[in-house]
Amino acid sequence: MSGGPGDLTGDLIATDSWTDEMVAAAGIPIVDVPLVSVGGGMGSFVTVDYLRIAGATTGRIRVLSDIDYPWQTYEYLTRVSQIPRPERIRSDSASRPDNIWGFPSYALAEAIHDRSLKPLRQVLVEPIWADYYTPRAGQVFTGLEREAKRIRYSDMLVKGQVRMVRRRKGGGYFTILTPPDAKPARRVAYRSQFVHLAVGYPGLKFLPELQAFRTENQDFYHVVSAYEDHEHVYDRLRAKQGVVLIRGGGIVASRVLQRLMDDRAKYNLSTEIVHLFRTYISGSHGPGPWMRRKGGNGWAYQGFNYPKSVWGGQLKAKMRRLEGDQRATEYKLMGGTNTPYRRSWQQQMNEGRAGGWYRVLAGTAEQIKVREDGMVISQVKTSQGVGEVAADFVIDCTGLEADISEHRVLADLLEHSGAGRNPVGRLDVERTFELRGTSSGTGVIYASGAATLGGYFPGVDTFLGLQIAAQEITDDLARRGFCPKIGPGRSVSQWLRWARNRQP
Amino acid sequence: MTPTLSGRIQTRIFLLAVIGGLITLVIVPVLPGSAPLGDKYRDGFLILLSVAVLGVLWELLYHFLMQWRWEKDWPTLFGLATGVPEGLLVWLLLSAGAVPGIVGHVGGAAFLIQFILIWLGVWLAANGPMRVPFIRWRFIGGRVW
Repeated sequence: MSGGPGDLTGDLIATDSWTDEMVAAAGIPIVDVPLVSVGGGMGSFVTVDYLRIAGATTGRIRVLSDIDYPWQTYEYLTRVSQIPRPERIRSDSASRPDNIWGFPSYALAEAIHDRSLKPLRQVLVEPIWADYYTPRAGQVFTGLEREAKRIRYSDMLVKGQVRMVRRRKGGGYFTILTPPDAKPARRVAYRSQFVHLAVGYPGLKFLPELQAFRTENQDFYHVVSAYEDHEHVYDRLRAKQGVVLIRGGGIVASRVLQRLMDDRAKYNLSTEIVHLFRTYISGSHGPGPWMRRKGGNGWAYQGFNYPKSVWGGQLKAKMRRLEGDQRATEYKLMGGTNTPYRRSWQQQMNEGRAGGWYRVLAGTAEQIKVREDGMVISQVKTSQGVGEVAADFVIDCTGLEADISEHRVLADLLEHSGAGRNPVGRLDVERTFELRGTSSGTGVIYASGAATLGGYFPGVDTFLGLQIAAQEITDDLARRGFCPKIGPGRSVSQWLRWARNRQP
Repeated sequence: MTPTLSGRIQTRIFLLAVIGGLITLVIVPVLPGSAPLGDKYRDGFLILLSVAVLGVLWELLYHFLMQWRWEKDWPTLFGLATGVPEGLLVWLLLSAGAVPGIVGHVGGAAFLIQFILIWLGVWLAANGPMRVPFIRWRFIGGRVW
């Protein structure tokens, strides 16, 4: 098993709980630091930001990551799924990952920056007389860059691939990192009392029939995922008229539709769009008048990923009390695939339906093949029977996520460190975001982000959700003596430092 | 905002006491009216107290109305616009002599200036600055304690 000096040994891999001697005997250098955050994306950034503001110095934190800056993956995903920097993301004005207070909100900041009252007017009358205000991706990234510099994020960042987190005999954990240059040893062990995990989405999954098509035909041209770079589709459609089949009913499907329709108008194209919904929503839906979500034309409409009060109101308070099946049921009720109702999108879709170039189908696709003329034929089963849809391209916007065990670090935790699954199958965390079953002496593992979806707090895989998790984690760490608790005094003084762009 | 019932009530009492109290303290001496300053202050603070006490009842109604909203949120404009019926009710009660303890005659202009300033101050504070000293406030439905 060992790959040379300083590598993992068979003994280490097989042992759940390691001693210092075992690690030293393998020739793996040990680095001591009180807290490591594994991931280095938005989840790590938001958590570390909170901890720095609470008073933790850079020397007490290390972020282990294979990306160079926290929004790298996020920016890649938003860009390919058709939200380049000038476009607006789906996030509330007060959900600012670069500002734990959410004040000034994005709308206020934009109003000041652009010397315009428009953003403020929109937050004033949203969501009834205007769509929800949402910030431009570019504004978000610029703010993140400023905050990363302010908290000296790069001083805490250690590049490399995290292989596993194991409990340490005597308390705390070892986090094994494979540095990019693998020198002087192949691995480095970070010995810490606390570990924070924010590894993001375990992976992307295709619809089974699309996966089968890709595997069999090794065709990555005709059938694409909206979460990968697929500019060639838009390029081809500009060069030659074509038909596109869209799969999925979420925000990414809306975005891709918008791009196709924008291009159609901008370049005077005659692109035809067929949209296949697996679950077709024909109108308002829900169990009763006190819980009814708007919908229509296939879509379920909701401003954000969840009803807004999940991040701080009634639904947050309610979910915090639910266990097991009850919680899983509630997740189904208010989650599911949904997209915001945006007036501009409605107008585009109406034009498309009226012009006959945007058609909607409800059903499932069973088999996909390429015809001799290069068209992709999907066999579609609808309530009217089985039919065929011929398209030049199929864009999978379903965004199915892989199981958490697809992620090596998480799989290792499930297997060796006592981590378990919550009612929806992801990592089971406490209300404090402590990973249940993994404590080690005085040591604690925390987890936040998409891998923990299904816990007492639903909005984990969102900007504001990451901040809520970070607050819970910071408060818990304060109780354990890692950092001071942020009280009103510290909060105000730190906000003033933020406003003047001074280090925490 | 996404308040819970207890959060609504606590936020209202807290902000009326702090922001409303400060505004009342500052504004009363310059409000129109010829009554002695002591009487004007007494009436001013009684009006503030009425807004708070009646407000708790109003919050019950708002909480009930919010249940029809899928998001269980209370849009920003609602927070501003509810000032109209609330202000009217306090004014009607004042005119009818139903607010106990009022010593002088509260003029319409004086009431309007005081009420609008308090309402705007509280609304503005709740929509942003409140989050600066109280970083947990927005995540716990607006509870202050």
